[in-house]
Amino acid sequence: MSGVLAICEHSAGVWNRMSFETLAAAQQLGRAQGWPVSAVVLGQGTAALAAEPAACALDRVYSLEHERLASYTADGFTSALDWLIARVRPDVVLLPHTYRVRDFAPCLAARAGRPLVSDVTGIRVEQGELIFERQLFQGRLNADYSVDGAGLVFVSLQAGAFRADAVEPGSAPIETRTPPLDETTIRQRPEAPFRESAGELDLGTAELIVAVGRGIREAGNIDLVRELAAALGAELAASRPVCDNGWLPIERQVGSSGQTVAPKLYIAVGISGAIQHLVGMKGARTIVAINKDAGAPIFEVANYGIVGDLFEVLPALTEQLRNAKA
Amino acid sequence: MQILVAIKQVPARDSQLTIAPSGEWIEEDDLAYEINEPDAYALEAALQLKERHGGEVIALCAGPERVLPVIREALAKGADRAIHVAEDHPEVWGTLACARLLAQAAETEKPDLVLTGLQSDDLGWAQTGVVMAELLRLPHATLVIEAGIEDGRVRVKRELEGGWFQHVSMPLPALVTIQSGSIRLRYATLMGIKKARTKPVRRLTAAELGVAPARQLRLRRLHPPRHDKQTTMLTGSAQEQAAQLVEILRHEVRVL
Repeated sequence: MSGVLAICEHSAGVWNRMSFETLAAAQQLGRAQGWPVSAVVLGQGTAALAAEPAACALDRVYSLEHERLASYTADGFTSALDWLIARVRPDVVLLPHTYRVRDFAPCLAARAGRPLVSDVTGIRVEQGELIFERQLFQGRLNADYSVDGAGLVFVSLQAGAFRADAVEPGSAPIETRTPPLDETTIRQRPEAPFRESAGELDLGTAELIVAVGRGIREAGNIDLVRELAAALGAELAASRPVCDNGWLPIERQVGSSGQTVAPKLYIAVGISGAIQHLVGMKGARTIVAINKDAGAPIFEVANYGIVGDLFEVLPALTEQLRNAKA
Repeated sequence: MQILVAIKQVPARDSQLTIAPSGEWIEEDDLAYEINEPDAYALEAALQLKERHGGEVIALCAGPERVLPVIREALAKGADRAIHVAEDHPEVWGTLACARLLAQAAETEKPDLVLTGLQSDDLGWAQTGVVMAELLRLPHATLVIEAGIEDGRVRVKRELEGGWFQHVSMPLPALVTIQSGSIRLRYATLMGIKKARTKPVRRLTAAELGVAPARQLRLRRLHPPRHDKQTTMLTGSAQEQAAQLVEILRHEVRVL
């Protein structure tokens, strides 16, 4: 056997939509290389879920069923997938670069003694060789990687690197397998997931958002941003470091660990634009970035950019907005 | 309790990065370096666990001589001793070989708990800690924002996506990777800095640890990020930039 194996992710019976981005990437890679493409769904009672990838143009969908896969554990998922990979023997294993994949995929790759190219933003073929593009230095530079020699390679894909709606429909047989998982395999004891913030603030419906990042330097300066938001009639939001420092409550955090927003206008103030933040806001219709560092990755996604000192730009902008609205 | 913390030295956060003429790495000559931020939180978590449960914190760092300030900083903040794996470019060894280097060094201590940051701010693979766990045959958890010890187990609070959290417990010894941000970092005191000078730093080499480079991936080329979007840059003084933006918000974005 050979080909591409795509690992799909769901939790509590709901698909993570990055699974379909991974399936789209697997189909594209399969076409380019002339490889068969299969997908795997892990869990307990996943028959209904597996029907969805089975309605895509794939050669096979593996359903790994086990009561010990009902809740996610790094040990359970690593063992089950390692067992399947040893049987399917794919050339490439594709995964979505989710928090869960970050938890088990390095183990899985190490167990196979093979490399994991993580957080990949693009795959291309150059003279028969696979080239994987990924970001370094928090998005400041990109790098092309290739694999030395032949053999299995694991690849995790950054959110949004491939389009979920590009998945080609079709029909694939479902093959249910039961991996051997005894009690001693799984050392982690997971408890039920929970949400913390009592706040019910939903930034997802906000039309206008002014968001502040690490560049604001200290809590006392937040008022500068609050005033801008007020002048514009916008909701105030923040990147992770601002909430970690307690300068704004966590219910205002935008990004992979916070809320996902899609406003008409998103003004990012002093936010460098780490991918964890970008995934939460790049769906905004218009993005304005204000940052002192012209090389900050936030400018990659911005429609309008101001390179400058936010302590000068914000008061000027607030005043002019007030005048414009008066 | 023996707690080992693996830390890495990375280019300082706001460094101006220039691609070297070879295209395969950055110019390193004028770079300032600092401790990788998530590793600073791992160190802090280790020091807090030691304060609660007693024992010893050992800092582990691989790299050339220039990583010594990061080791000194860890000792000044309260680590009891350190291991320096002296290797010029462990990062080009590849994740698996680099993790093997760190795992072999960790093995010489038989720690109850290994902590490290969830990823590095330079290469960002987010793998080394987890691979170390696999090589050391330790149970692990990632993206951890709180860790407590009870009845020979470590119970951690993990971050999931979209504002969700989860508690997970594992038997000790175990390995945990720490997320930045949730605890307050301490500063080194003058007394700490003074004491650090006399704390032992054990120097090991890859040869002594019996580990050889085994690169599996090749960095072919570095390049600046591609602009997918056309970004209009507003220039001039702050007043002029603000004036242009107000015009754009009124006429283009139409939100005024």
